[in-house]
Amino acid sequence: MSIVDAAADEAQQRRVQVTAVHLRLGALSGVVKDALLFSYEVACQDTPLEGSKLIIEEVPVAVFCPHCKERRVLPSLQSFTCPECGTPSGEVLQGKELEVFALEVEE
Amino acid sequence: MSEPRLVEVRRNVLKQNDITARGLREQFRKAGVFVVSLVSGPGSGKTTFLEKTLTLLQPRYRVAALVGDLATENDAIRLARSKAPVRQITTGTLCHLEAAMVESALHDWDLHQLDFLFIENVGNLVCPSSYDLGENLRLVLMSVTEGEDKPQKYPTIFNSADVAVITKNELAAAVEFDWEKAHMSIESVRPGMRTFRLSAKTGEGMQQYLDFLSARLAEQRVPVGN
Repeated sequence: MSIVDAAADEAQQRRVQVTAVHLRLGALSGVVKDALLFSYEVACQDTPLEGSKLIIEEVPVAVFCPHCKERRVLPSLQSFTCPECGTPSGEVLQGKELEVFALEVEE
Repeated sequence: MSEPRLVEVRRNVLKQNDITARGLREQFRKAGVFVVSLVSGPGSGKTTFLEKTLTLLQPRYRVAALVGDLATENDAIRLARSKAPVRQITTGTLCHLEAAMVESALHDWDLHQLDFLFIENVGNLVCPSSYDLGENLRLVLMSVTEGEDKPQKYPTIFNSADVAVITKNELAAAVEFDWEKAHMSIESVRPGMRTFRLSAKTGEGMQQYLDFLSARLAEQRVPVGN
């Protein structure tokens, strides 16, 4: 799993032991939180991350509303319209993240 | 033992794919080839649509296709009937194409000899959305038999695509396909998305879509900054 590879690589560069991986997961990343949590332990087996925890921060979709000229967080993926004024807003500013944000480590 | 501490790393998990995709996009631009990828669920008519596209473009353009599938070379064999160069990428158990697979499938092709390259992704409406393949245009296909609310069920893939193509329009009456409802579903997840409605079988609506592709190729070839 690429998440384990990325985290293991970062850990190795810093010569640290990882106890937890913090992941930022966008609602539009195409990846499902439960599936990641379910497979994480297996993916970590026989890697330097074995025994570590996966902590997922879900990132909602934010769009730019062309009418309000403001950044707006969408309550649902089924409606790309501004929650304030109802204008269709397709310009995605946030929500595609799949990022290893931080590592909890022991020296 | 010391206390655990938090180190910020901010590493994009798909960075390697994105780097490879950027390299491909640059390679395509230099070669002057316009690259179109196709995503859809299984059975939406991607292969028939692509076969028709290749056949109709051939008199005017040099075209080729890569086709991704879990197993079998059936799609490549079908597409080869169009007489265009076609190469299969068999992914085994992997449910999507990645940029590195496209790169290795193209390693011995001279892209300068092409006007259009089509990449048919594995039939799947979930995973392909996360992987950039370096394409210039991503089409998402849905057939009239799949139900009008497909876009709202799979907003991520519709959001990652540039253009929607509604296929199998010859069956629309039989399945009582509600075009307005489908259009609203697309608009709700991707406002302003360019949409084509066509039938690869009868050819209805194909011309508009082919004209659109020709225009996009011409745009790409206009030198920038002159």
